[in-house]
Amino acid sequence: MLEAIGLKSAEQLFDSIPQQLRLQRPLNTPAALSEIELLDKFEQLGRRNTAAQRTSFLGAGAYSHYIPTIVDHIISRSEFFTAYTPYQPEISQGTLQTIFEFQTLVCQLTGMEVANASMYDGSTALAEAVLMAERITRRFKVIASAAVHPQYLEVVQTYVQHAGIDLELANFDQKTGQAGAALVEAVDDQTAALVVQSPNFFGCVEDLKAVADAAHAKGALLIVAITEAMSLGLLKSPGACGADIVVAEGQSFGVSLSFGGPYVGLFATRDKYARQIPGRLVGEAYDKKGRRGFVLTLATREQHIRREKATSNICTNEGLIALAATVYLEAMGRRGVQEAAQQCLQKAAYAAKRIAGLKGFSLPFTAPFFNEFVVRGPLGSVELLSRLAKEKEIEGGIALSRFMSDRDKDFLVCVTETNTREQIDSLVSALNEL
Amino acid sequence: MANVPEDLHYSKDHEWVRVEGDQAIIGITDYAQNSLGDVVYVELPKTGDEFAANESFGSVESVKAVSEVFTPVAGAVVNINESLADEPEKVNSDPYGEGWMIRVRMANPGEVDSLLTAAEYEDFTKAESE
Repeated sequence: MLEAIGLKSAEQLFDSIPQQLRLQRPLNTPAALSEIELLDKFEQLGRRNTAAQRTSFLGAGAYSHYIPTIVDHIISRSEFFTAYTPYQPEISQGTLQTIFEFQTLVCQLTGMEVANASMYDGSTALAEAVLMAERITRRFKVIASAAVHPQYLEVVQTYVQHAGIDLELANFDQKTGQAGAALVEAVDDQTAALVVQSPNFFGCVEDLKAVADAAHAKGALLIVAITEAMSLGLLKSPGACGADIVVAEGQSFGVSLSFGGPYVGLFATRDKYARQIPGRLVGEAYDKKGRRGFVLTLATREQHIRREKATSNICTNEGLIALAATVYLEAMGRRGVQEAAQQCLQKAAYAAKRIAGLKGFSLPFTAPFFNEFVVRGPLGSVELLSRLAKEKEIEGGIALSRFMSDRDKDFLVCVTETNTREQIDSLVSALNEL
Repeated sequence: MANVPEDLHYSKDHEWVRVEGDQAIIGITDYAQNSLGDVVYVELPKTGDEFAANESFGSVESVKAVSEVFTPVAGAVVNINESLADEPEKVNSDPYGEGWMIRVRMANPGEVDSLLTAAEYEDFTKAESE
């Protein structure tokens, strides 16, 4: 190849880069391995991940739910196996149909009227919702519950810091764990939107209706963020409670944990705001002969057409992961999702009750919860959880001190349908013995 | 041939201005609507918003493209044509009448004198389409 383009060495390809900026030596990487050696190396590395073998009660934004085998089977088909919406989308009617089904399912779950083809994940979906609220209201103050996932708040802050939007926090009630009342108190006629997560970071369910009414009375929007989308199988939908924009992390629906990603963001709103939605949108259409088909629609909002005036710089979606969520929801069906949510609720309630009965342990928050709850232990939670992992082979939860310095004895426990009663009982007795 | 009423003022961005006292009604010309094709959405400012001359006050989305629309004269918006939200096609069917977009209180009423007359605008569009 070098000969064909008239060069002597690959180094010459980089001649336009000044000598003093170049490395001048080979990269410090190990020698190439054969396929057999490589597989062996990765198997050895995989075996070092002992945490993956432990019984887990970890949640806080990423949830362990059962994934029916049909999910991987369908998404692995070559017709579907692409990360994005294709560049000539209408020729891929099957892909567009699955996206249309995804949007329909998101609307049904959230109780909203229009959903997009998906966002990167829940946190970026929330950031886009905040930007959208500013576009709609032309106000520059957004008040978020302090019980929104701290990492989501960081992502929002990263997005809005150069957009002239002021992000304020409304603190949560130290007794109930809910921030709804503080949001109701804080909203004023300069507020673009209130942001509330429910179930919130502590697992507490918020009174969305009250927050929605307060926001609307001041001409502000209500943005509802959800990290545990499985809760939608059981709780009243945010749409029915008056939400204007609903965003969620869709990982709970058939997407493996995979060390934090790729996941899929759900984004839904009211019809009247459809033109302010970020990202791709698939619509249903009919051809000359009256046959049903699917098209990308309202594309004039998007960056590849509107450049800097676009509603967002996302003009793709999480195609494959959205497909996984679609297959999951369709395989489970309405009743399947309700059943999984019901099991989460009941198993979490059982675990909470048993743990609260232990000497030295209590539940600091009184609000109703779905499948996560905060436990206050007798000693620092970092030490407690690390002993639990090492001595009892149980990942018992996430220390809140990682996010909030004043909560060193608190940790967040998550229980899903994948946790058996035996696992819950062994967590309880392990906590008791430590 | 595009319709260019005698009694209006025109901009090179294809907006028209009808002066009523110190107020100006603004819309897009017949030539503009014809070039855009079927209008499906009109984004307008809010009453009270203030604009400098030649500033973008909104956008017109047709089946072909999205185009910015500009205020040929500076002023504060006193009224917008809210009916365009449901019937954007009025911009096509009656661009100088029911398809009007905004009414502004002019900051500097003398500004309209710098705009094109009907005859000048007609020459301008002819040159542009050639």
